Amino acid sequence: MAEYALILISTVLVNNFVLVKFLGLCPFMGVSRKLETATGMGLATTFVLTLSSICSYLVNEYLLAPLGLEFLRTIAFILVIAVVVQFTEMVVHKTSPLLYQVLGIFLPLITTNCAVLGVALLNTQTEHGFLESAVYGFGAAAGFSMVLILFAAMRERIAVADVPVVFRGPAIALVTAGLMSMAFMGFAGLVKG
Amino acid sequence: MATHSNKPTAYDELLKGLWRDNPVFVQVLGMCPMLAVTNSAFNAVVMGLATFFVLVGSSLLVSALRQWIPRPVRISVYVIIIATFVTVADYTLLALLPAAHKELGAFLPLIVANCMILGRQEAFASKHTVKFALMDAIGMASGFMLALFALGSVREILGEGKLFGLALFGDHFEPWVIMILPPGGFLTLGLLLLIFNWVTERKREFLAQVAEQQAGNR
Repeated sequence: MAEYALILISTVLVNNFVLVKFLGLCPFMGVSRKLETATGMGLATTFVLTLSSICSYLVNEYLLAPLGLEFLRTIAFILVIAVVVQFTEMVVHKTSPLLYQVLGIFLPLITTNCAVLGVALLNTQTEHGFLESAVYGFGAAAGFSMVLILFAAMRERIAVADVPVVFRGPAIALVTAGLMSMAFMGFAGLVKG
Repeated sequence: MATHSNKPTAYDELLKGLWRDNPVFVQVLGMCPMLAVTNSAFNAVVMGLATFFVLVGSSLLVSALRQWIPRPVRISVYVIIIATFVTVADYTLLALLPAAHKELGAFLPLIVANCMILGRQEAFASKHTVKFALMDAIGMASGFMLALFALGSVREILGEGKLFGLALFGDHFEPWVIMILPPGGFLTLGLLLLIFNWVTERKREFLAQVAEQQAGNR
């Protein structure tokens, strides 16, 4: 149990996917202008990422490895992710119109979120087991959502601040992200490895 | 450009990726590999070459096949085409430069999820002839490579006092370790964007001044 808790803390805080591993930066910059959209994106990503890391583990373990098709891994994983996203969209659409309204527009965007593919690839590289893969996926998504929401809150303040003209837009956002990343380096000693 | 303002030539398509529509500085796309692999100039160049190969190859194929790709499933088709080229690039690099392959790690297969590449297929290659698509892809990929190299060399020079592994300064130089760590990537890219914005702003002001003077002379 302690092992899974360590994976969780390490992916959420120490090796945060956005600020330390540089995965999932496009949505981090793209949908962080408003707190509400950031929350929606965070929820949708958490759901899809956990599910897709489980599915890609299963595909890798029971389909690619026995058949000796590891060289197809990139293509197979991206297809798995696309299917999971499509499937999630259909299920949410059928079961909960309210949730669909909140998450609907974000779901297609997740296919090109490199954090999702990154988690699947890192799971096979570090040879995680079934539960470890699921916890790793969930931790990565939780870390992504947390940072996204924090960043959105900051950007809402920046939007009303008096920023010099040439600094406006992505430039000031990146510098802010740099400062956040520096703050997250403080967690570095928390978990070894 | 002035004479063909509404019908760009192939040459314009080539040039726009380098500065006017630079994928990184103007469109702010493809950020993940941009920041993750630029802690040294060499890694940045290898990553740039791999991206170049994937973007040019898939643009070529997408624009050649554009009449046969059914619209409803086009995104999936693009992704599969891109993933195929990425797999080729991945294994070629593993065979030629195993050390660099290890250094880049998961970021080579992650070229698939580089939104800049999918964006070019959807926005350009699927709507233009092979010649224009090729020009656009070469321009965009060179622009991306330029940005990668700029970021990688700044970070390596400041963070280690070296460029391509060669020491630039004497022993007295104290490296700014923060520059090769993750925060350095964000800060450097932020500052490069700042410089880019500043140059663009200056140019705009200069052009406005010239126009004003011309109006005054008349």
